[in-house]
Amino acid sequence: MIRARNLEKRYGRRRVLAGVDLAVPAGGFAVVTGPNGSGKTTLLRVLAGLAAPTRGELEVNADRGELGYLAHEPLVYRELTAVENLDLFGRLYRVPERRERIGMLLERFGLWGARNERVSTYSRGMTQRLALSRALLHDPALILLDEPYSALDEAGADLLDRELDALAGSRTLVVATHDPQRLAALTTATIALA
Amino acid sequence: MTYVADVVALTRKDLRVELRARDTLPAMLLFVLSTLVVFHFALPEGTGDDAAYGLLWVAIVFTALLGLARAWVPEHEHGVLDGLVLAPSDRSAIWLGKTLATLAFLVAAQVVALPAFVLFFAPLDLTALAGVLLADIGICSVGSLMAAMAAAGRSREVLLPLLVLPLAIPLIVGGVGAAISPEGARYLLLLALYDAVFSVLSWASFEYVVTE
Amino acid sequence: MGLALVLALIVAPEDLDQGVSQRIFYIHVPIALTAYFCFGLGAWKALRLLWRGDSRSDLESYVAIHQGTIFGALTLITGSIWAKASWGHWWLWSEDQLVLFLVLFLFYCAYFMLRFSLEEGPRRARSSAVFALFGVVLIPVSFLAIRLAEGLIHPTVFTREGPQMSGSMFATFCIAWAAVTLLAYVLYRVELVGKRLDSDLRELREAFE
Repeated sequence: MIRARNLEKRYGRRRVLAGVDLAVPAGGFAVVTGPNGSGKTTLLRVLAGLAAPTRGELEVNADRGELGYLAHEPLVYRELTAVENLDLFGRLYRVPERRERIGMLLERFGLWGARNERVSTYSRGMTQRLALSRALLHDPALILLDEPYSALDEAGADLLDRELDALAGSRTLVVATHDPQRLAALTTATIALA
Repeated sequence: MTYVADVVALTRKDLRVELRARDTLPAMLLFVLSTLVVFHFALPEGTGDDAAYGLLWVAIVFTALLGLARAWVPEHEHGVLDGLVLAPSDRSAIWLGKTLATLAFLVAAQVVALPAFVLFFAPLDLTALAGVLLADIGICSVGSLMAAMAAAGRSREVLLPLLVLPLAIPLIVGGVGAAISPEGARYLLLLALYDAVFSVLSWASFEYVVTE
Repeated sequence: MGLALVLALIVAPEDLDQGVSQRIFYIHVPIALTAYFCFGLGAWKALRLLWRGDSRSDLESYVAIHQGTIFGALTLITGSIWAKASWGHWWLWSEDQLVLFLVLFLFYCAYFMLRFSLEEGPRRARSSAVFALFGVVLIPVSFLAIRLAEGLIHPTVFTREGPQMSGSMFATFCIAWAAVTLLAYVLYRVELVGKRLDSDLRELREAFE
């Protein structure tokens, strides 16, 4: 699914990623670990195609429609409701049976009650759950998650655990996290950034 | 067909966001009206009508800049632009949706400003109004692109007018000419040419400017 | 080559025996043409960057535009001198070329502001390239606009530009043009080599970090 060799990423003079290799097969579950500022977010951005590597080779066998990305930021419009946000992205991603899929995801992530409220009224946990729904809306084959557990409370984290458990194996996942222990059972490969 | 559907979805999104946030359009309206009043005091007694038309265009350009500066702000809150860029839809649709929405706001502001201008200063005929509309298209097309480019860097508020003003000069010539010249059609033609050329250029370049 | 350059630059003025205004004209027009050429080259390199993804073109485009802007500034200065010598005013709005260069000068100064505000990388290269393309399209559109604007400001009769040139004047003009082009080329290469060296040096340093 993903093959990368000697990836390097610079922003101006700052070198954020250096000499990163990884190979994730289809169905694999890779976990990216490292302290703050080690480049986890940058690596995921490069894999998603949002940033081009300064050097190195990268091969990702998924086009934009097959890729789901959970960023550090929620990637949703504050002034729109959950339904409106998902509807927009549902259209852009050509999601079949859009309304049903949106309803199902909102329910699964516990947002059904707040579906017609603006995102600006949501708690951080709710916003994160909406961001997750957005990332999974189009049932992507390759899923990139940047610190998905951040901002989630106990219930939200359990929800995510179940979700990841269901996805592992049938989808390819790359997850950047502070807490690799939590995902130890599902992990097939670990990439540790210095 | 899906391209059109994408553009419609994106434009509706922008209109909806503005309807809820309500920060850009009122600002543009107030700005353009205040500017017109300032011009009354800035123009010395006995200045001809022609000067007023010139100042109208200054007001329009700066009001447009105000709208453009705010155009991409919703996309930068929560980093949504990345979400749009990652979608399989054509990136140029993002530009087109944004341009159409900004155009709508500019025209809405002018629906109030132009009658005010006629009331305070001088009449506007059909050619003049056509000039306004054509120039609106030009400045929103080019401005959307420039705003997206400027947003990626620092000092974006200062940078946007610097990037747009030189490009706006032909539009001002066209607009003022359409208003005051007896051969207004020539100026409308200039504006139409500008719109055709620069809209296509902006539409095609957006993809390159929004990805890293 | 430097000797030939100096010779060319000196010979050209010595050939002139007309007044200051004519003399300046021989330098002013080639400088203007060279500026146009540089902007065109910058746009061409920009197109190569966007079309072919040739990242080396970024530096080439930048240097070309830098040269173009310098020559553009010189155009404005020599043009102003010419205006003073010919008409007694330091600036003439009725001079299409001069006004066009003013607009372009503003535009390309904004190019540098854009470059300064963006961090180095593919995004800056591409945004600069797009802006360079806009510049080259702006040239004819602006020219048209300025022509039309004349009708608004001073209704003048459109006259053909440039004086008629006799044989020897033409020869002088060509020499001057060749000299200026040579100068531009030399400056372009010098700056490009310098910038490439900087860039290579930095890459080397980074490789050892």
